[in-house]
This record gives sequence, structure tokens and C-alpha cells, in this order.
Amino acid sequence: MRDMIKMVVVLTILAAFSGGLLAAIKDGTAEDIEKQKLTFVKGPAIQQILEGASNDPISDRFKLQDQDQERSFFVGVYDGKPKAVAFETFGKGFGGDIGVMVAVDVATDQVVGVSVTTHQETPGVGSRAKTDADFVAQFTGKTFEGEFKVKPDGGQVDALSGATVTSRGVTGALTQAVDVYERVKPQLKEKLQAFGN
Amino acid sequence: MAKSIAQEFTKGLWDEIPPFRLVLGLCPVLAVTKTVENGIGMGLATTFVLVCSNILVSSLRKVIPAKVRIACFIIIIATFVTVVELVMQAYAYPLFLKLGIFIPLIVVNCIVLGRSEAFASKNGVVRSLADGLGIGVGFTLSLAALGAVRELFGSGTLTIWESSIQIFGPSFEPFTFMVEAPGAFVCLGLMLCIMNLLGKK
Repeated sequence: MRDMIKMVVVLTILAAFSGGLLAAIKDGTAEDIEKQKLTFVKGPAIQQILEGASNDPISDRFKLQDQDQERSFFVGVYDGKPKAVAFETFGKGFGGDIGVMVAVDVATDQVVGVSVTTHQETPGVGSRAKTDADFVAQFTGKTFEGEFKVKPDGGQVDALSGATVTSRGVTGALTQAVDVYERVKPQLKEKLQAFGN
Repeated sequence: MAKSIAQEFTKGLWDEIPPFRLVLGLCPVLAVTKTVENGIGMGLATTFVLVCSNILVSSLRKVIPAKVRIACFIIIIATFVTVVELVMQAYAYPLFLKLGIFIPLIVVNCIVLGRSEAFASKNGVVRSLADGLGIGVGFTLSLAALGAVRELFGSGTLTIWESSIQIFGPSFEPFTFMVEAPGAFVCLGLMLCIMNLLGKK
């Protein structure tokens, strides 16, 4: 009986201690990790879809409250006007969440560009969502509303052959992005006024 | 009988060098040694986990009940692995992207658990530290050596801290077999063979 109690006590203390330590370290590194992700993952994706912007979308980023979480928004200024806004959403892929960065033209509500940021899809199959320029290019110019679906599901998007689940993940992320966009639009418009000059 | 502390350290460098003598921890050995840099990064991460978990396990060896010792070891190891993962994400993100899933997999690396179970739980703190450090350095050197051979023949370069050095002339045709998974097995086998020949008495 004493053995039993000792086992429980030791394990509990050990687990509680590790949990506390990890929480502290996670808090301490969260900011640096965010910065690193901006430089190495989101940065290239943003630069790619907001190509030709006269400002630096990464340093001009701001956060908006969307329901219970904060989201980062990246503004692209063209011809002196804040024309496009990029932000990231996630969709369920074959091997976990797929991060999709989408840029929307705030005046016309059209998609300016789409880029995959993070994913754990099968190399050479699902990973083409990130590397195959044709796949993401087909979103450009589409009206940013309603639902995005792949053709097998009765939608408008050509799926990557052999990677339907991945394609669904990307379209799912975009559908979610539409919802987010609708919700934050009033706040967004207000923020963008500041970029007018 | 009892080895000196220096001997505990040096045994990890040759007599018990993990991938070659113990033939343990082959998953990361085969998977991440496409370049020298990846090998060294993985080796250092594993060394950190080994040393920290060895120290903690040996200092807690009298407290941990025998029946739940494996669970305790795994908690300790997993904690340090997560620490490495977070720190690497915060300060060496490109390396983290390359090593990816193999960092969390250090938890199940049998070298780490093996040292905790077979050594640290039976020996003092200083000895365990020396043992962890020796095995860790040996592991790092093995990964670096394997990485160097594979990268040299597989892509004709040696990468250290983001800068690739072209070793062979421009007409060098990369022996791509070496950077693929089967190449890793063949390469490991050949190195094992050379080590056995050298160590033959």
C-alpha cells in the first residue's frame, strides 16, 4: 500500500514539475518563435503573394481581435493605397493542419494570391500544394465569398491529382478565411484608413 | 573494476559509440544525415537531452520507485526534448525546419532511455554526466561523419552553418544514391565494417 502511494506521489510531482517548466519555457520563447516564423515561413509566402507592394507588409502588420483569438494581418500598399490584406488560416490536411496565407483585394473582394505556409503533407504528393504554382494560381482573381470547394465535391477548384485530401484542406482553409474576412471587415476598413497617406 | 570518470566519458567515443558499436538510435542516424550540418544539429540536440536526463535520473534514482521507473524516465526525457524543440524553434528555426519530426522523436530514441535505465539509474551524478556527455559526443561525431560522407558523395558539398562549400569541380556528377535512404544503410554498413576491421584484436 505504501508503495502504491509513493508511486502516485512521485509520478504526480514529476509530471506537475515538468508541466510547469514547459509552460514557463513556452511562454518565454513564444515571441521569438513568432518572429522566426514570420521571417522563415510566413515572410516568403507574404512576399510572394503581395509582390510589388511599395511597403514592407511584414513590418506593417497589425493584429485584430476575431472572436476569441487575435489574428495578424499584413497590408500591401500599391500606388499609395492599401489595396490588399493578407492573413493566414488553417485547414485540415492529410497529415495535420495546413497553413494557407491568402491576400484579398479590399476594394473588389477578389483573391490577390494564395500561398501555403506550413504543412506536413506527403512529400511529392500533398506537398505539391506548396510547390505547384498552377494549383495556387487558380485561386487568383476569384471572388472572395461563399465556400471554396474542389471539383469532386461540386466546387470550382481543380484538385491536385492524387492529393484530394490536401486540396480539400487548402479550400477548407480558404472557406474559413472568407468567414474571418466577413467578421473583421469593419475593423479592417477602419485600420486601413491609417495607411491612406 | 570500476572505471574512472574519464573512462566513462571516453568509452562513448569508441568502445560504445552509439550507432556503430551499440547499433542503437538508427532512426535519426539514417534519416537526418543528408548533410553534415543536420547531423551535428541532431547530435547536439540529443547530447543535451542525454546529459540533462542522465543527471536528473541519477539524482532522483533513490526516490523513483522501481515499478514506475520507465514512466518517470520518459517524463524526464520528454520534458527535455520539448525544451530543445522550443529553444530550437526560437533561435535556430531553419535547422528546426530541416530536422522537423526527428526532434520530438528523440523521446523514443533508445540511446537516451537506454542510458537512463542501464547507467544513470545505477550510478552517481558525476559518472552519469560523464557517461551522457561521452555517449552524446560520440553520437554527434558519428552523425557528423556519416553526414559528411553522404553529403560529399551525394551532392559534392559540405554544409556548415548555412554555407555550402563545393568540394569537387563543376564536372562532378552527384552520386544521388548516397543521399537517399538506401544509401544511408549502405554507408552505415561500410563504416561499421571499417570500424570492426580497425578494432579487431
